[in-house]
Amino acid sequence: MTALLEVEDLSVDLGRAPRVRVLHDVSLRVRPGEVVGVVGESGSGKTTLARAILRAVDASTGRIVVQGREVQALRGRRLRDWRRAGAAQYVFQDPLRSLDPGVRVVDSVAEGLRIAGVPRDEAAARVTAALAAVGLSDELARRRPAELSGGQRQRIAIARALAVEPRLLILDEPVSALDAASRDRVIRALIGLRDAAAGRGDDALGMLVISHDIGSLAAVSDRLVVLYRGRVVEDGLTRDVVSSPRHPYTRLLISSVPLIGVDAPDRAERTALRALVDA
Amino acid sequence: MPRLRDRVAASPSLTTSGAKGVPSFDEASLVAPAVAAVRGLRVSTLDGTELVHGVDLAVRPGEALGVVGESGSGKTLTCRALLGILPAGTRITGGAVLIEGQDLAHADERAWRDVRGRRLGAVFQDPASYINPAVRVGAQLEEVLRVTAGVPRRQTRERARELLDSLGLRDVDLVLRRRVGELSGGMLQRVLIAMALAADPAVLIADEATTALDVTVQAELLDLLRDLRRERGLALILVSHDLAVVSQVCERVLVFRDGAIVEGGATARVLRAPGHPYTRELLAAHAEYGLERYLRS
Repeated sequence: MTALLEVEDLSVDLGRAPRVRVLHDVSLRVRPGEVVGVVGESGSGKTTLARAILRAVDASTGRIVVQGREVQALRGRRLRDWRRAGAAQYVFQDPLRSLDPGVRVVDSVAEGLRIAGVPRDEAAARVTAALAAVGLSDELARRRPAELSGGQRQRIAIARALAVEPRLLILDEPVSALDAASRDRVIRALIGLRDAAAGRGDDALGMLVISHDIGSLAAVSDRLVVLYRGRVVEDGLTRDVVSSPRHPYTRLLISSVPLIGVDAPDRAERTALRALVDA
Repeated sequence: MPRLRDRVAASPSLTTSGAKGVPSFDEASLVAPAVAAVRGLRVSTLDGTELVHGVDLAVRPGEALGVVGESGSGKTLTCRALLGILPAGTRITGGAVLIEGQDLAHADERAWRDVRGRRLGAVFQDPASYINPAVRVGAQLEEVLRVTAGVPRRQTRERARELLDSLGLRDVDLVLRRRVGELSGGMLQRVLIAMALAADPAVLIADEATTALDVTVQAELLDLLRDLRRERGLALILVSHDLAVVSQVCERVLVFRDGAIVEGGATARVLRAPGHPYTRELLAAHAEYGLERYLRS
């Protein structure tokens, strides 16, 4: 099975004099039908990773391959054409900034299809399907962004990305700005997409979800990649990473998550892990 | 801390401290008079729309009370009323705000200034917006110590150092010389907690104070809040949208929704047998999506 996204030994340096290496030999892979979570706290390099995949920063070494196309090599017109073709779609933390406040959301969702020259009838059907995939009605979509809740707006942003039928969806902190009820609805929408992709083989949608919140990632992902200080310290099935983390940082991270009805590992253990991680 | 009043001995609820930092519930604290309370609190906008519909809340010495709810549930407005800092365009339209027995619901700003900072401390989600970015944090902490706590000028430096040290900050002298932009969110929040505690208040209100922090830093700050309770007899009102955060620190919890309290009681009871559909929904989401499902088995 060809990977939809392959990041190979990616290193990125930012700033000038001195340049600071913020990603060190990062490798990860998203296959069709797979949801990969990248968890990292502030300073982990997760934002830089997202920006590198978007081609918003340059790699110093390594490769980023999206569906067989090496994106770091794309420049100028070829980069624009590649972006317009929409093989990879992005959803960001704050949908208010990515949705035009003056435009009915249904038109925002259809925008990419219009640009791609999709006929009106087909576009309307795809918009309805994309909205349904995230649990939203056509009626709701006739409103403007300000008339929707944060969670509804985020699902609109996901629907807009889905309408162009991408192979790869990259979501950067998709639920971090939302309150509990909205968060759960967006998580449910992502789980719905994952389940719909299952069994579709090579044609299935793949997702890369980047977040500081291991809780929401554990809910939606098949695999988890743990990023710490610019390095991948763990990469495995979500279930394995969460229930038996190997790297001290992953252990610290998981033992720091507040849980209900589960004894938190005691403080001495966390302090010891922190010392181990800092060393 | 040399000049702290010894509340630990005075407070019955502080004789207990769980081995794992899990708060234990001491019924003696229930008969102690509340240090801060609202009774039948109503808050409305100036055009008469009621946002908080008659809320009762009380925290006793050394107690940790959790306040859970989403944005718009009224939890933050209630806490702001308790601090005498309701946002512009809102006002108290009913009930009492009792600080150590004194009703301040309609007190003027001068009366509030005697209480806020001295008897009540507060920290919020975005520490950076409460600190002047142009001034070293040390100078600002010293200013608070001098003005609010009445520490003589030549002792403020030493007191600032002691205070940060007691909050588990490493490299205290370095932190004091820094400005906002040079400190991490976790360090800034510790500095804000230091400012809130400068005058040794009886109550600390932490409103989403750890929400914006990384989870590993949040865990350290929750440890700190537990310590402050135990060591200082501080009463804590912990406001959070996250029931799990509250469950780790607070022995009693109130659940807010749409401007009213829909459920309240001992945290262990509420988690075990939630009475309101909304609380059940919050717990169900945790059971379905939380890390708990991987760790229980």
